[in-house]
Amino acid sequence: MHTIRIGAATGFYGDTLDAAIDTAKKGNVQYLCFDSLAELTMAILAKDKVRDPRLGYAKDITPAMQALLPLAKKNGFKILTNAGGINPEAAGQEITCVARALHLDGLKVAVVTGDNLMQNLEALQRKNVTFTDLETGKPLNDVREKLMFANAYLGSRPIVEALKMGADVVVTGRTTDTAQFLAPLIYEFGWEEDNWDSLAQGILMGHLLECSAQSTGGNFSGPWWEVDGMDHIGFPIAEVRQNGDFILTKSEGTGGLVTVDTVKEQMLYEIHDPSAYITPDVIADFTTARLENVGVHRVSVTGATGNPKPLNLKVVMGYENGYMGQAMIGYSWPDALRKARSAEDIIRKQLDRRGWNYDEIHASYLGYNSLHGTTVTEPKEELNEVYLRMTVRAKSRQEALRFGRLFPPLSLSGPPHLGGAAGMEAPRQLVGMWSALVPRQFIEERVHISLVEVTL
Amino acid sequence: MAHVQLREISQTRAGDKGNTVNIALFAPTAELYDVFLREVTEESVKEHFRGMIEGSITRYEVPNLLALNFVCRQALNGGGSVSIRMDTLGKCYGSNLQRMIISVPDDLLATLQTFAKR
Repeated sequence: MHTIRIGAATGFYGDTLDAAIDTAKKGNVQYLCFDSLAELTMAILAKDKVRDPRLGYAKDITPAMQALLPLAKKNGFKILTNAGGINPEAAGQEITCVARALHLDGLKVAVVTGDNLMQNLEALQRKNVTFTDLETGKPLNDVREKLMFANAYLGSRPIVEALKMGADVVVTGRTTDTAQFLAPLIYEFGWEEDNWDSLAQGILMGHLLECSAQSTGGNFSGPWWEVDGMDHIGFPIAEVRQNGDFILTKSEGTGGLVTVDTVKEQMLYEIHDPSAYITPDVIADFTTARLENVGVHRVSVTGATGNPKPLNLKVVMGYENGYMGQAMIGYSWPDALRKARSAEDIIRKQLDRRGWNYDEIHASYLGYNSLHGTTVTEPKEELNEVYLRMTVRAKSRQEALRFGRLFPPLSLSGPPHLGGAAGMEAPRQLVGMWSALVPRQFIEERVHISLVEVTL
Repeated sequence: MAHVQLREISQTRAGDKGNTVNIALFAPTAELYDVFLREVTEESVKEHFRGMIEGSITRYEVPNLLALNFVCRQALNGGGSVSIRMDTLGKCYGSNLQRMIISVPDDLLATLQTFAKR
């Protein structure tokens, strides 16, 4: 029976390439798919593009393509990626440039655009799209002047079209993470647009692959110390059948663990209603799915069901929302926590004396409560060392910067036994997120696919 | 009844979307899933995360995975790219939920002990 093998290449911008190269060499896959984007990543790429209009895509596309394009040609797999981010055209040019340098004559690179709405917001507003924020219900005018990017989530269809045009590599902007993985199934198996159950299985497969090792033993909350070989962990590979049933596995000789227990954790990662996971291609119901251990590092996944795709697409926008000033200082035993608290108190008094007001001041103690916050209780035993971390929410970079400057003097004039570098760290720009719905036809009519064949 | 910390009898994973965090809580057996249904409620989770989760919590039941999925709003100090907290993406909310102590019937303790040994 006809099966398609699909491999996960990266789970985010900055992920290791080792596993993708391993899958490319030994995974016997027909498709290698990257998820490079996240809400935070779009903000990073938007800032890159402000600095240099030729940027705005995930820059690790260059080393990735250098390593993978020759293997793709040798082993005959295609590469799908949303690494285009804010600037898919530039990403496409970079890929063809790498291909040319590698003498990959005839390689076909498709670029999908149309998700970037930055220049089209007014036109859409004239069509009565309000862009009301889904989380807060606030109107877009509150942040309109501060917007950094605005991208609609596209589904699989443009990637499928690009494959039909003969593309070997497809690079897009904000197509959904799962679209990279579903698209090859629609293309290869010819699934109809209303084959909701198969599409839902494809989305579930994509969801289990999109965060790379999170389904192969990474971040496993069970007995994680029993996961062998995290230093060379394998990324997931799906063997998918015509009806959408699939086996989740990884390539031979890699580290990690694929069992129902590792896979099920990823199944609900970043999911809200598990019976209605909304994607541009289908609304998937994961509560009907069945997971089963069927071999060593082999889990069978069947039974996800689907409902018709939504009428709207989600748009995510990022806006400038001030700066974070930050500082961190460490104190040793004895009385480490008491010293750190005293330092916090000193800083707060100095802020008051100077009349410096911030929208928010946050203090936490590394080694005690920086990760679990208000839910933890005072440690019964004395801690060997404690780091005080203080952050502020400031309106300008200048205000954020001057907060950090309060800390170096503590190395001489505060509590004793302050170790390491004293204090200030570079301010960080804060990017607010805004999500809204737009009728899908307004987006889909703008989607464009261009295909370039590499010539030497 | 025994008082047991969720750490001993569960798996968890948390993920972010904007200012919302979802915490998936997995039971190792159907019997303990029923206990979780009774003990780990929207109200008890809200109480556990006092000072960290400001908005409403919705609990989804996922019996095919013996899991409960808690969707918690206004939970991430504005969201990953705007938070000034340390755990900007809420990755540690899963382990945080595992601090919770629940009541488990004594006859299920045998199951617990094997799980706790790991």
